[in-house]
Amino acid sequence: MTVLDRIKTLAARDAGADRVVPPAGFTVRLTLFTAAAMAFLTVFALALSLAAGRLATSWGEDLARASTIRISAPEGQLAAQTAAVLRVLDQTPGVASARAMTAEEQRALLEPWFGPDLPIESLPMPQLVELQESGDGYDADGLRLRLQAEAPGAVLDEHSRWRRPLVAAAGRLRLLGWTAILLIGAATGAMVTLAAHAALAANAQVIAVLRLVGATDGYIAGAFVRRFALRTLVGAAAGTAIGLLALLVVPAGGDTGGILTGLRFAGLQWLWPLLVPPLAAVVAFFATELAARRVLGELA
Amino acid sequence: MIELDNVAYSYSGAAILSGVSLQLAPGSFHFLTGPSGSGKTTFLKLCYGALRPTEGQVSIFGEDLAAMDRDAVAMARRRIGVVHQDCQFLDHLPVAENVALPLTVSGQASPDQADNLRELMTWVGLTEKFEALPPELSGGERQRAALARALILSPDVILADEPTGNVDWEMSQRLLRLLVELNRMGKTVMIATHDLMLIRAAKSVVNARNLRIAGGSLQAAGADL
Repeated sequence: MTVLDRIKTLAARDAGADRVVPPAGFTVRLTLFTAAAMAFLTVFALALSLAAGRLATSWGEDLARASTIRISAPEGQLAAQTAAVLRVLDQTPGVASARAMTAEEQRALLEPWFGPDLPIESLPMPQLVELQESGDGYDADGLRLRLQAEAPGAVLDEHSRWRRPLVAAAGRLRLLGWTAILLIGAATGAMVTLAAHAALAANAQVIAVLRLVGATDGYIAGAFVRRFALRTLVGAAAGTAIGLLALLVVPAGGDTGGILTGLRFAGLQWLWPLLVPPLAAVVAFFATELAARRVLGELA
Repeated sequence: MIELDNVAYSYSGAAILSGVSLQLAPGSFHFLTGPSGSGKTTFLKLCYGALRPTEGQVSIFGEDLAAMDRDAVAMARRRIGVVHQDCQFLDHLPVAENVALPLTVSGQASPDQADNLRELMTWVGLTEKFEALPPELSGGERQRAALARALILSPDVILADEPTGNVDWEMSQRLLRLLVELNRMGKTVMIATHDLMLIRAAKSVVNARNLRIAGGSLQAAGADL
């Protein structure tokens, strides 16, 4: 019988099969609670992973697409070197657009440090050229060599150089989040296995009676499996709901969002946590099935 | 139906039964006697596959027990009604559901079985106890409920271990009449008991073979019991 068939028969099982296992109070509550706690943690690990993933992607993509060229030259040569730089950029493959920043834009950049009244025209300001990459980007070393030849005062400033470790860190954080989710899943399986073993041991007489009247191992295991899978499903659903509520309460960072304020789902990512309860139920299903088969196999 | 061929059973090295050979023919009626602890229960357990012989061969409905997996044994039990000495039930379910349990676990539970169940409960005199929980039953009532449970699937073979152990003389006569009637309907019956009065009472109504377990082996006992 395939796994799918097993799940189908379990889902279709009549109420009689559920009644043969006596309702037990304590392990039910423990299973529910643990499933809920695990699901709650999973939601946060998931949010962390997805937020880190978003950050890695946006830092890696948006920012790496823009670079700056700073031209420092004596008063008379600045305009000529700027024109030379723009010409070079125009001919460089991988550069989508390049433009010299206006005096107003440069003043806006400096404003936070020097105030709005800075007489920028009277200062020996370097000229900034902003360039946008296209496609696979440009060859930075080649561009640097050409700039050196055509405009000796031009310095290419690649943001990605200082950004690269941050992107790597965000990627590492995402990996950490997924590892945590895997560990939580494994811990859920271990917990359900222990609970199932306890339930099977506590119901030794029930199992003996069922065997005596001709119940197959599949029937007996099914009664336990169904119960534990359902409990885990309900507990995990509650934990997921609480986790999502908690995430909603965390204030959104908006545009200035970092990893902490961005700890939430974006758009369709809100669908991801909905997978947590069914996945937890599947883990419980296999854990109980294995435990039940092992215990029943040892009986007469 | 059930065949034992030179069967031995030992537990942690100590032989409980040895050299047991027996054929339970369809429609036969057997009494099994012997002192307490002589191995009557072990013998019955070998007959329904709860124990596997350490030597020799047991075949159930023509199938070699050694070659039967756990599911095959479960299927065979649906054709063998077993009444244990210490009848165990699902204590959280009412008596009626316990009696119907073989139907439930074999997927045959249906509303049409309700009449069947009521008839059977009346037959064993438990009409009043439909909704009672097993722990509320007296020893005799438990044994009658166990008998009803053993019969609900209309098995081919009925194995009863001291079915009259906890009931008074009148009730034991009634249970005997039930079993004799089932035997007349073609069922194979084996009753383990040390109640010699019961065996004598049966002599007049059924042609029973008497077996005796002593010293770890099975012998035919005469009519002199």
